[in-house]
Amino acid sequence: MDKTQYLVKQEPFYQAQGKEVALYEAAYAAKLPVMVKGPTGCGKSRFVEYMAWKLQKPLITVACNEDMTASDLVGRYLLEANGTRWLDGPLTTAARIGAICYLDEIVEARQDTTVVIHPLTDHRRVLPLDKKGELLDAHPDFQLVISYNPGYQSLMKDLKQSTKQRFTAFDFDYPAPDLETSILAKETGLPEGTAAKLVKIAQVGRNLKGHGLDEGISTRLLVYAATLIKRGVDAQDACRMALVRPITDDPDIRATLDHAIDTTFI
Amino acid sequence: MMASSDSALKEYQHPLMQQYWTRLDTGFPQVGEIFEEAMAEALLVIDRPDLDAYLDAASLIGKLGRGVEPMLVFIEEWPSVVDAVGKEALTPVLDCVKAMQKSPNGKAITPFLQTLAAVSRRLQSAAQLQHYLDITLDLMRRTSGSIHGHHTTFPSPGLPFFFEQAPRVLDLLAVGGMRNWVEYGIRNYNHHPERQEEYFALKLADSRAVLQRERRGTLFADVERQLDLYLRAVWQDGDQLVPYSTAFDELRKPIPYYDKLGLRIPDVFEDAGQISGIDRYRAVLAHMVGHRRWGTAQIADNWSPFQRMAVEFFEDCRIETLLCREYPGLRRIFLALHPKPVEGACNPETTSCLRHRLAMLSRALIDPDHGYGDADLNHFVGRFHALLEAGSSNTTEIANLALSYVAKTRRQSDQLATVYFDDTVIEYRDDNRHMWKFIEDSDDEEFFDEPDKKLAKESEVIGLPPRHYPEWDYNTKTYRPDWASVYEALHPSGNPADIDKLLLKHAALAKQLKRLLDLLKPQDKVRIRYQEEGSELDLDVALRALIDFKGGATPDPRINMSHRTDGRNIAVMLLVDQSQSLHQKVGAGETAQSILELSQEAVSLLAWAIDRLGDPLAIAGFHSNTRHEVRYQHIKGFSERWDDTVKARVAAMDAGYSTRMGAALRHAGHYLAARKADKRILLVLTDGEPADIDVTDPEHLRADTKKAVEELDTKGITTFCLSLDPKADEYVREIFGNRFRVLDRIERLPEQLPMLYLALTK
Ligand SMILES: Nc1ncnc2c1ncn2[C@@H]1O[C@H](COP(=O)(O)OP(=O)(O)O)[C@@H](O)[C@H]1O
Ligand SMILES: [Mg+2]
Repeated sequence: MDKTQYLVKQEPFYQAQGKEVALYEAAYAAKLPVMVKGPTGCGKSRFVEYMAWKLQKPLITVACNEDMTASDLVGRYLLEANGTRWLDGPLTTAARIGAICYLDEIVEARQDTTVVIHPLTDHRRVLPLDKKGELLDAHPDFQLVISYNPGYQSLMKDLKQSTKQRFTAFDFDYPAPDLETSILAKETGLPEGTAAKLVKIAQVGRNLKGHGLDEGISTRLLVYAATLIKRGVDAQDACRMALVRPITDDPDIRATLDHAIDTTFI
Repeated sequence: MMASSDSALKEYQHPLMQQYWTRLDTGFPQVGEIFEEAMAEALLVIDRPDLDAYLDAASLIGKLGRGVEPMLVFIEEWPSVVDAVGKEALTPVLDCVKAMQKSPNGKAITPFLQTLAAVSRRLQSAAQLQHYLDITLDLMRRTSGSIHGHHTTFPSPGLPFFFEQAPRVLDLLAVGGMRNWVEYGIRNYNHHPERQEEYFALKLADSRAVLQRERRGTLFADVERQLDLYLRAVWQDGDQLVPYSTAFDELRKPIPYYDKLGLRIPDVFEDAGQISGIDRYRAVLAHMVGHRRWGTAQIADNWSPFQRMAVEFFEDCRIETLLCREYPGLRRIFLALHPKPVEGACNPETTSCLRHRLAMLSRALIDPDHGYGDADLNHFVGRFHALLEAGSSNTTEIANLALSYVAKTRRQSDQLATVYFDDTVIEYRDDNRHMWKFIEDSDDEEFFDEPDKKLAKESEVIGLPPRHYPEWDYNTKTYRPDWASVYEALHPSGNPADIDKLLLKHAALAKQLKRLLDLLKPQDKVRIRYQEEGSELDLDVALRALIDFKGGATPDPRINMSHRTDGRNIAVMLLVDQSQSLHQKVGAGETAQSILELSQEAVSLLAWAIDRLGDPLAIAGFHSNTRHEVRYQHIKGFSERWDDTVKARVAAMDAGYSTRMGAALRHAGHYLAARKADKRILLVLTDGEPADIDVTDPEHLRADTKKAVEELDTKGITTFCLSLDPKADEYVREIFGNRFRVLDRIERLPEQLPMLYLALTK
């Protein structure tokens, strides 16, 4: 198994919002499982990627979804012309080679799927491969990280208490305006002045959270808008396309955000 | 039709009903048939003391000699009218009926009454309805009997058709537009009865054309939500918007303003040049928000009217400068709406040019390209910008600048009676009443402090011994042990029929909910496909896998399927804030309802909906009177059905005292924790933040409530808060994290609470 394929080769740009880098290092040193909480597109994945690079550990990311089963994580036998062959799933691979396994948007997975991670999160750090009849001891470098968006307005999509209680957690949110501005500028090369205007529009959208919008305008969408502007797209068009149309079909909310765009970029 | 019995002798079981019937004093059997039902509906909106007036009016209409029709219509429609515009409308409406009766237009009374409720719903206030009645009478007088100069012998041909179309016309036009449409019809078709009929029946092409023409503007009713969103998103302001009509006061056109009841704005805005109606609304709102954000009231007593006027102009420009700093694009809108007075247009020898001078100055202060040459003007423009360069300046500083401006530019002729008015009105600016304080009269504060006798009496009847709960002290980061005493008691009971009436009122909503509920109802077995292990083979997938395998590709091993019983396993506890503030009224005039009443409706609808779904639900109310007395009132237990016993308790819900929420949450939580369910949800309905009279630090009970929510969370209980406090954004997130919703329109609570629950548990 070639571990290096999972290494993050280049330093990802990550702008720290607080003490999270040092705290994560401490959690990693103790091999404590980590949960990164926060709304969509606020930098959770970027943070994990950055930490993997900083610690020089392989990173295996799994985007969770509703159809995912325990076997998709752990592994399964494949049928082949001359018999069957076992194939490790991403979680098993990570535990074997000592990677950071990042389960992105874990609530998307069904609860009976998520329970397979439990034995890896207590002091035993093992993964039972029932079908294969193997009890895998996790590599000392292995660490489990999950991301989780608590803002879902369905109470049904939530982590079980028994799962939550197994993690240390970071609370992420959209960065403060100045910080978000500098992130945009550094990430995309957009001048700070223009970036600040984008952030302002995001604030307008975020004020409507709970009043017609389930989630505000994310940093990720701001990056999209900034990228479009960098490529010469008119700022107002870029904002409509990247910040407004994706998040709502409500004509009144659109009109309000459009107005904010038109009076911010002139 | 034959009366089968003498209905005047009709008997009612209920003595009150009998009394109402007697008062109505009618011999029409048809009225008897609908009477009880109609009264049930009337009782929902008309208070007992006003019932007599309603019955007397009905009685009078029944005796006009126009058959049963107008009386029936009145009895059925009037409650809706009251609901929409308030009971004060009765006198003017009766006057209108009497006027028709006296003229040859008695036949139009029925059509008039027939659409009155629909018209009222569109107009929303008694003042607006009065405009409609005035239009009606004007139309009637000018089109009756004038055909060959005979005096009022012919009824107005158009009038009944006008009534028929009135709701439709008001769907498209503000009441001012309706007046113009009527005016056109009178002018052009007064001498052609058939044409007049067609005009008011909207059958003539030009009738529709005029309607379209009058439809220029943006109606407040159509953009209300957009404006609410605008305030909230762009300016973080959540105040009420209250419309007024501009079409009727020719002399003094109403100007936007704001007061305790909200932001007052016109009911329609036409486009102004390239500025759309909605942008005009936004300009008005932004301007008022600016005053609220950056202005402070000044003491007016020592200043002359001229000085005050100058101060207002300067201050208006200061806040607009600040607004444009936030959103530079607003400048385009302001400048397009701001008049551009022509330099030298006013002759100071013959006319008072004060307004003209100030309007020019105002233009110059916000328009970098004003191009005016006047030296004084430019001098003060320079000083104005110097003040604002460093920051936002303030009202006092800017007032001083205005005073020196007045001193510098004052002219004898400013006192002249002829005032130059052209290009001096800036329509999007409010009347600035908030800018002034007058020291002499400052006692217009009103207090409604009615002590709640009923609750005071009850406070002695306390049931179970108290349970004690700790309270979190955020200063010391410790619990104060056994700090709050919670007394639980059975909620008193009232009349369950009241609740059925409420539910009846929301019949349409209930129907809508029913459809949603059917979708959510557990559909026992659900198939889960793509399983590696399952209870049966999924033939489709298996065949595909086999083909893949035979073809040398890797087959999908997930060829089984299984079944899962998709039971909803949710236990819900609804905790209702019953503190004093729930007595507050929402809405204006007679349509106003207290938050308490709205909560009762909402609780009833939710309980009804959840009962249909089958999720176990408990309901409790709470309020507090210091930590020694947190009252927790049992309204419905998990195992109780939504029946008359429970309804009776909801019917008796009352409000008083304060909101010690943490203790109530802990107490409710201990019941919920005992339930076996996959999901345990504690839904809190409240109109304000945690508070109690023995606590002065507002942060204390917030912190404690937050702590209580966290405690519940570790017990596997999800707490969700539905807040009715428009200012909740400031604290509700701190307490409940992401699990909250702030309801902007409290009057929509009855529909929103069940909807919210369904959305949350989908
Ligand atoms: N702190 C940050 N430093 C650098 N980039 C950031 C930061 N926060 C957000 N971003 C930008 O936002 C984008 C979305 O963030 P991501 O980590 O994918 O969000 P999520 O929280 O959904 O995982 C990133 O691709 C990056 O461009
Ligand atoms: Mg003003």
